[in-house]
Amino acid sequence: MIRYLLAPLLLALATALSALALPAQATAAWDLGQLMQALAGNGGGRVRFTETRHLALLDAPLVATGELVYVAPARLERHTETPVRETMVLDGDTLSLDREGRSHTLKLRDYPEAAALIESIRATLAGDRKTLERTYALSLSGSATQWALDLLPSDPAVAKVVLRIRVTGNRGMVRGVEIQQADGDRSVMRIEPPAR
Amino acid sequence: MTRRYRLAAFAIWLALVAVLAGIIARSQFTADMSVFLPRNPTPEQRLLVDQLRDGMVSRLILVGISGGDADQRAKVSQSMAGRLHGDTRFASVNNGEAGHLAADQRWLFDNRYLLSPAVTPEHFSVDGLRAALRDTLDLLASPAGMLAKPLVTRDPTGELMTLLQQLDAGSQPARDPAHGVWVTRDGKTALMLALTRATGADIDAQEAAMGALTAAFDAARGSGAEAAALRLEMTGPGVFAVESRATIKREVERIAALGTALVIGFLLLIYRSLPVLLLGMLPVVSGALAGIVAVSLGFGVVHGLTLGFGTTLIGEAVDYAIYLFVQSSNRQDDDAAERSAFWPTIRLGLLTSVAGFVALLASGFPGLAQLGLYSIAGLITAVLVTRFLLPALLPADFRLRDVTPLGRRLAALAAAAGRLRWLVVVLAAASAAVVAAKHDGLWNSELLALSPVPASAQALDMRLRTEMGAPDVRYLVVVDGIDTDATLRAVEALAPRLDALRAEGVIAAWDGPTRYLPSLATQQARRASLPPRAELARRLEAATAGLPLRAERLTPFLDEVDAARERPPLTLQGMTGTSLALAVEAMLIHTGHGVRALLPLRAPEDGSDLIDATRVRAALAATGDGAQPLVLDLKQESDALYAGYLDEAITLSLGGVAAVIVLLLVFLRSPVQVLRVILPLAAAVLVVTAGLALAGKQLILLHLVGMLLIVAVGSNYTLFFIRADGSLPGPRTLASLLFANLTTVCGFGLLAFSDVPVLQAIGITVGPGAVLALVFSAMLGTHGRRHPALAETAA
Repeated sequence: MIRYLLAPLLLALATALSALALPAQATAAWDLGQLMQALAGNGGGRVRFTETRHLALLDAPLVATGELVYVAPARLERHTETPVRETMVLDGDTLSLDREGRSHTLKLRDYPEAAALIESIRATLAGDRKTLERTYALSLSGSATQWALDLLPSDPAVAKVVLRIRVTGNRGMVRGVEIQQADGDRSVMRIEPPAR
Repeated sequence: MTRRYRLAAFAIWLALVAVLAGIIARSQFTADMSVFLPRNPTPEQRLLVDQLRDGMVSRLILVGISGGDADQRAKVSQSMAGRLHGDTRFASVNNGEAGHLAADQRWLFDNRYLLSPAVTPEHFSVDGLRAALRDTLDLLASPAGMLAKPLVTRDPTGELMTLLQQLDAGSQPARDPAHGVWVTRDGKTALMLALTRATGADIDAQEAAMGALTAAFDAARGSGAEAAALRLEMTGPGVFAVESRATIKREVERIAALGTALVIGFLLLIYRSLPVLLLGMLPVVSGALAGIVAVSLGFGVVHGLTLGFGTTLIGEAVDYAIYLFVQSSNRQDDDAAERSAFWPTIRLGLLTSVAGFVALLASGFPGLAQLGLYSIAGLITAVLVTRFLLPALLPADFRLRDVTPLGRRLAALAAAAGRLRWLVVVLAAASAAVVAAKHDGLWNSELLALSPVPASAQALDMRLRTEMGAPDVRYLVVVDGIDTDATLRAVEALAPRLDALRAEGVIAAWDGPTRYLPSLATQQARRASLPPRAELARRLEAATAGLPLRAERLTPFLDEVDAARERPPLTLQGMTGTSLALAVEAMLIHTGHGVRALLPLRAPEDGSDLIDATRVRAALAATGDGAQPLVLDLKQESDALYAGYLDEAITLSLGGVAAVIVLLLVFLRSPVQVLRVILPLAAAVLVVTAGLALAGKQLILLHLVGMLLIVAVGSNYTLFFIRADGSLPGPRTLASLLFANLTTVCGFGLLAFSDVPVLQAIGITVGPGAVLALVFSAMLGTHGRRHPALAETAA
């Protein structure tokens, strides 16, 4: 059970973070190659986020806010401030969750599907299009000032959990990550521009 | 010596042997660990031995599959687990595959309302429900919420999460990403954990379990080139016991065979007669039989260890026959004085040996006491057989080859050695200095030092144990009750204080059977907290007001609570099939007086892996309600137990030495003579001890046994050498001493090359010690003067 559920949340975390501190590109044309190049130059940074979860079970969406931190090459942090303080850190192969004074640590290799996803995310961070395309079909739409990258899982294990991931942005900035889950639930993360 | 006397002697001996054999046939032999129990054990010591013997940890076999590639290893692991799941020899076989975990989680989920400590009447009030639902909603907004989502309608108050958080041991081994079986962190070894039904002390059953694992492995890997690359490794207390038994048996057999061959070859060389050789063996064989019978009668059972070592100990008995044979031949020799002094010397030698072994007999350690009794009975019998049977059986024309020329050369050597007596003093003084300098670390007071398990096997055990996160239970709280439920109630009463200790950081965690099997009273109280359906629906309606989770979505929750109310109370039997049942069984032990719970404590992760047992004891003792829980540090207990034996053995040995001195004073009636007997032996023991210390060896109990043997064997040498007139013994006596010494070195010296630490300890002490005792006796025994008879012939 746990292994299927872990995947999208890691993905949400990592995809959002992958967009941090992208170098702004002045080029007029905007294609997948350029996006990947921009991603490859990713250094790291800190942004605020607002995540809204739409669950079929609930009458109203759940909202969480906080900060995301990316430290190249392999450390991703999600510090939730509301509704409860908690910290989730992915460092290399270790995922740890601190919540209400309790700490849980998972090893990604114990969750093979999640590990496959994480490898894709690492590929996104590295601008490694080849590895990314092993798990997803990529399609980029829109313009350089308002683009959307759709990730459609081609790996059946990932597809069991995730229908589609849409990353949107403005030039080198990621502004949103939307995950459509296989069970119909949906989460939307809005990312504020990094304070410089 | 008349023919009648001979026949009578032989008949009596035969009758005695028949009686001894008859008693032995009815004797009980054991390999039971309780031989390590003192005669009057404390509750802690008894528990320690119980744990060693049949605690859960004693039943664990850790399995590693290495070699080949990851795919092969995983397939072998899966196939082995599949094959062994129905095997009645195992209570469980776990290789990390999800099947087991799923069964456990289903059981936990089904019984969550009886198991969760959060279940109270307040928890199911409107406010309690509202607070729990809010928590659940917060959880859903969290990344971890994805885990909780599928169960929210059935478990909106998050009871399963509460239980899983308790269970989170955080020490599960890594899993192979492709196959889901446990592997080491480097991924190069697949891991499996087998729990045998039989106790760890049942070595035959442990051997059978190992055989089943090996057979399953062989079947799983099949045949072919790639199969050969795969290896099976096993470790655990039971495996150690099986391997130790095999190793000791193999080593004892190998060394005994080699030693016997050497001694026999050597004796044949001297005796040049098979009948005489067989005669020479009679004292040893008779002595061994008498030793076994004495132990059997004195202790009720004979321990395997006693048999193994005892026969080595009375190897001294071979010497008596040598002395006799050498003396008895060449009757034309008119050294009447020499012969008249022979038996009294042997008798005194025997008495000093016995005095030494009485020290062992007095030990509170039954293993040592058995050895002592065995040796005493064996030696006395051997001497009696030598004295009264052998002369009767010796052919009238008995003749050994003439050893006088050899004896003369030895006499010359001894006389020359006598001029080096200062060397003994220097060596002894230097050794004493070494021993004094290294005094602090001289003795190893850890029970592990006695372990026959080789270092490589211990390293493998440590590696697999660490990778597996397998329990290495060192700290335990022990709670007793008249029955299971009383014990569970007692554990529940202790829980708040253990939780407090955890909160203070004194312990990192504790475990107890009540986590999975609460007492009936607790179960009833939790069940009574569940409101009737209509009431719960009404409260839920009120509790969800204003929350995004509407009450009508939670009908499955109402069904679940109804079902929980109908469920029978939890019992150990009802848990069958889950690994939690094993956990509970391991923590609940049926004793003669009721049921005992063992609560393992985990040390704080501060690097020391130590728990302040005194603080735990103080915290748990602060109640005064009923029976006091025991707090046990098993390592400390076992080391204390062993250190106690060691201290006692040292004291007793010193007492033995005192007894020997008194004995010598009585018989020799001359303090100077006594000193001359004692000095070479003391010097030999000192030099051997210093040598061991310089070689960096820490002394264990069996080195001490070895030293007693040096004294026992060596006293024969010195007594022959020490004459009132300071002259050397006759040439034949010298030759027989050399022969006796050589057989002793053959017999014991070989042990020094054994891989088994306990055997090696005896060998490395007695081998060199016996030689030194003889050489030192020669150096100190004479005044440099030759035997009068010899002086004449030389002149």
